[in-house]
Amino acid sequence: MSVPGRVVSISGLTKSFKTGVTALQEIDLDIRPGEFVSLIGPSGCGKSTLLRIVGDLVQPTSGTVLVNGKTAHRARLDHDYGIVFQDSVLYDWRTVSRNVSLPLEMLGWSRARRKERVREMLELVELTGFESNRPWQLSGGMQQRVSIARALSFDPALLLMDEPFGALDEMTRERLNMELLRIWEKAASTIVFVTHSIPEAVFLSTRVVVMSARPGRIADVVAVDLPQPRGAETREQPRFFELVTAVREALAAGGRGQPAPTLPAGTEERY
Amino acid sequence: MAMASVPALERHRGIRVGASRAGGALRRVGTFVAVLAALCGLWEGYKWLWEWAGWTWPFTVDDVTMPHLHDILAAFAEPTTTGGPVLIDSLLHAAWFTAKEALAGFVLGALIGFGLAVVLAHSRLLERGLLPYIVASQTVPILAIAPMVVVGLGSKGLEGWKAVAILAAYLTFFPVAINALRGLHSVDARALELMNSYAASRWKVLWRLRVPASLPFIFTALKISATASVIGAIIGETPASIQDGLGGAIVNFNQYYSLQPTFLWATNIVAAGLGISIFALVALTERVVLRRAPENVA
Repeated sequence: MSVPGRVVSISGLTKSFKTGVTALQEIDLDIRPGEFVSLIGPSGCGKSTLLRIVGDLVQPTSGTVLVNGKTAHRARLDHDYGIVFQDSVLYDWRTVSRNVSLPLEMLGWSRARRKERVREMLELVELTGFESNRPWQLSGGMQQRVSIARALSFDPALLLMDEPFGALDEMTRERLNMELLRIWEKAASTIVFVTHSIPEAVFLSTRVVVMSARPGRIADVVAVDLPQPRGAETREQPRFFELVTAVREALAAGGRGQPAPTLPAGTEERY
Repeated sequence: MAMASVPALERHRGIRVGASRAGGALRRVGTFVAVLAALCGLWEGYKWLWEWAGWTWPFTVDDVTMPHLHDILAAFAEPTTTGGPVLIDSLLHAAWFTAKEALAGFVLGALIGFGLAVVLAHSRLLERGLLPYIVASQTVPILAIAPMVVVGLGSKGLEGWKAVAILAAYLTFFPVAINALRGLHSVDARALELMNSYAASRWKVLWRLRVPASLPFIFTALKISATASVIGAIIGETPASIQDGLGGAIVNFNQYYSLQPTFLWATNIVAAGLGISIFALVALTERVVLRRAPENVA
């Protein structure tokens, strides 16, 4: 079953809810090692649900998800996932260092090893000096960087990010986008990134998966051929704007493709 | 910019907090004394006004119904029986005896309450099935079950104070169980997903996430239970005819109220003092533990 050279291999994936709503229909998607794949689409297209199915936090109705050739469940037990949510989900009874070391405690790392790794991770996200701060003493952007450090601390095979910068202001968001790219290169990780923002998706990704809603399907996949490493000037290149336009048009086409049936209130973005 | 200045800002704020902490403590002591003085003034003022006007509603005020505060304080130094120990002496002994019951009951009740909450938090079925009975348990008057527990367990050879401690636990466990359950359920769905993504066992989720998250709820309950445990101990002693505690003293001085009203009032003050002490103990623990929660759950 295993596809060589694939971190994630999704085939024929469908997710329906008990309410009868089909959130995801016939999703096929392969992700290679080192890729940065964004999932973008309108609210209710099931992109967060898809991310959670890959992370084995939600079970699909049918279809298969393989992560490094294993089932998603096996991959979760093997600690293959680092997850970053829209809110940082830091434990406010723990200091910054102890938040970063939380997964390491779960993995049974020794105290000395944890300490060393926490130091490295805080250096990576440029939060050295904030070890003993409490999460609530940090700005939203800093909290999210702690959350990223925590997700990467145990070298997971796959980093799943669910609108990680959605709650931040535009300036912080752009700065963290740059940082994330730097971290991605340095940690050589594979990232699946859910976002609402077209420029963010284009700027960050190697591929943008455009989804349409009701039921959630993959409408188009836009390969982003912007040169690496990317920087502030990337956003000013004509190619960047072309790709933003391409994604925007794919979104619009996906939206036209299916008439939107009325959903019962509150089913949007549920899983 | 903002990022770089945060630590400096925090340090700066830290210094100011440190400097104002001493002032804050002084202010709190000042407020406490002022309120206490106001309450004393209210007591004496009410007594004086009612006696001067001769009002009889809602009750006639005289030295029996409302003794002077200085008489109550003076009673502490009076001997309880001819040639016996002074009142403060016997009351402190009684208070120590009751404190033992209350504290033992408080700890036992808190542990039972917490244990119950943990079990119920992990089983929707048990929560639905057991919770109504836990609530119902608190509608049974403790006065009715006190003799049964004390006499029943006494016949099995359990010392009286231990039986009373069980009664105190009966009042204590309830707020802890209800609040801890709420706290254990209060965990953010994302935080649970995060723990799931680490393939954390239920046990780890409990101790690293649910319990720390529920500590503020638990401490609120412990504060309620702190005073309830003293009430439970005093009420437990009364029908069980245990003479050594504050309950026994209250029953005893009640009988002589018309002759020596100040003794009962003095006993009330000591009983209140005991409740406040245990409350303060919990509040102090809360300040230490909630600040250092991570070390305690690691």
